[in-house]
Parts: sequence; C-alpha cells; structure tokens
Amino acid sequence: MSDAHKLMLIVRKAPHGRIYVHEAIEVMFIMATFDMDLSIVFLDDGVFALKQGQDTKPLDMKGFSPSMAALADWDVKNVYVDEQSLKDRNISADQLISVGEDDETEETVYPKLVSSETLKQMMHEQDSILSF
Amino acid sequence: MKLTILILEGPYNHQSSDSAYQFIQAALSKGHEITGIFFYNDGVNNVNKLMDPPQDDRHIANRWSSLGEQGIDIVVCIAAAKRRGIKEEILIPNTRISGLGQLANMIQKSDRFVTFGD
Repeated sequence: MSDAHKLMLIVRKAPHGRIYVHEAIEVMFIMATFDMDLSIVFLDDGVFALKQGQDTKPLDMKGFSPSMAALADWDVKNVYVDEQSLKDRNISADQLISVGEDDETEETVYPKLVSSETLKQMMHEQDSILSF
Repeated sequence: MKLTILILEGPYNHQSSDSAYQFIQAALSKGHEITGIFFYNDGVNNVNKLMDPPQDDRHIANRWSSLGEQGIDIVVCIAAAKRRGIKEEILIPNTRISGLGQLANMIQKSDRFVTFGD
C-alpha cells in the first residue's frame, strides 16, 4: 500500500449552483476503483456539500447526497473536512452527513475534522492533488 | 519531466483553456513530455469541431488538434461529454472520448499533474 500513488481530491466550491461538486463526486467513485491511496477533502465552501438535510427537488436537480452516503461502501474511508472552514460558516460537526459504513467494523463513517495545519502536511505528502 | 494536464473550463468563456495551451507549449519547448491532456466539466467543449470563431481570433479546437497530431494523447471524459452533447461525430481530429479511468492512468504515469480551472 505504501507504494500506491497518493491522490487527494479536494472540493472547495459550494454545491448545486454549479456542477463542480457533482462532477467531483463522480471522479471520487472512479478514482476509488483504482489502486491508489485516495483521500477526499472538503474545504472552504466545499464543506456545504457535507451538510445534512439537503433537498434538491425544488431546484429540479438530481442531487448527490445519496452518492456521498455510499462513499465508504466503495472503500473511500479517508474523508476529511477542514475544521476552520466549518467554523467560518457556523456549521457544527453534528450537522454533517455520514459517508457510509465501514464494512469491517460496521461503524458509521463520518468525515474527519482536521486542522488547516494537518491538511497542509497531508497535502505535502501527496503525489497528486485534484482540486474542484 | 512527464506532465498530465487537466482542463475544466470551456473555450473562450474562460482563460483556463488558453493558459493550459500556453503552459503546454512552454513545457514542450523546455523538453518536458506531456503524458496526456484530459478534459472534464465544461472543458469537454474545447474539442468541438463545430466551433467557428471570427477569422482574426484563435481557433481553440484546432490548437488542441495540432497538439494531438504531435502524438499527445488528448482525452475527453465520456460522462461529462454526454451531458454536453459532445459526441464522436463532432470531435476535432486527434482527440478521443474515453472514461475517467484514463485520467487515473495518466496521473499515475506522470511526475506532475497540473489542473487548469476556475
């Protein structure tokens, strides 16, 4: 596993108004099928994508919360969210959706809150970064 | 150095396509190798051969086609292309439609991965 290409996918934009987050999630699911060390990071306005209770019906858009809730089922367990970005937008950790269930421990997987300093270090360790 | 380029914005509407093209020209002139160019989001519109800009402006699709002619692999994401009506029939020569898996392969084969987007 240590030889696997380390890829970080970062979501920085708010959902729904533009297609970026939606298509970024499609990229997540494809990258998950490759033998890479994949981590997903929600940063800046991207953290809104993790907020519970989103209903895209009035927008007549498909929405992506059901897909996000299945990330862990696709073995994408390294999902992170920037603590500061949440704070800046008055979002608390208990308002975030889960990203699925760990098939080994059967525990619900939630995005892990990380500090900007930790994120900086993580970015530094990547082979590639994909930013949307 | 081997480079993979990802372009996320449409032609003329946004500078990212122009910046990517100029970056690639500069990289090639310095002896770097382009492993591949991948178009995603509205970037898929870059290779629509039906575009017909005024004569005194750059022809963006032709520019990509000439890079493809030099042997650079230019790939358009099929899912993003289908949403936007980009099909084989309207692809500029020397480019191809394929899946996001191609992007994964390109990234793994490159020393550097550079995204041009908003």
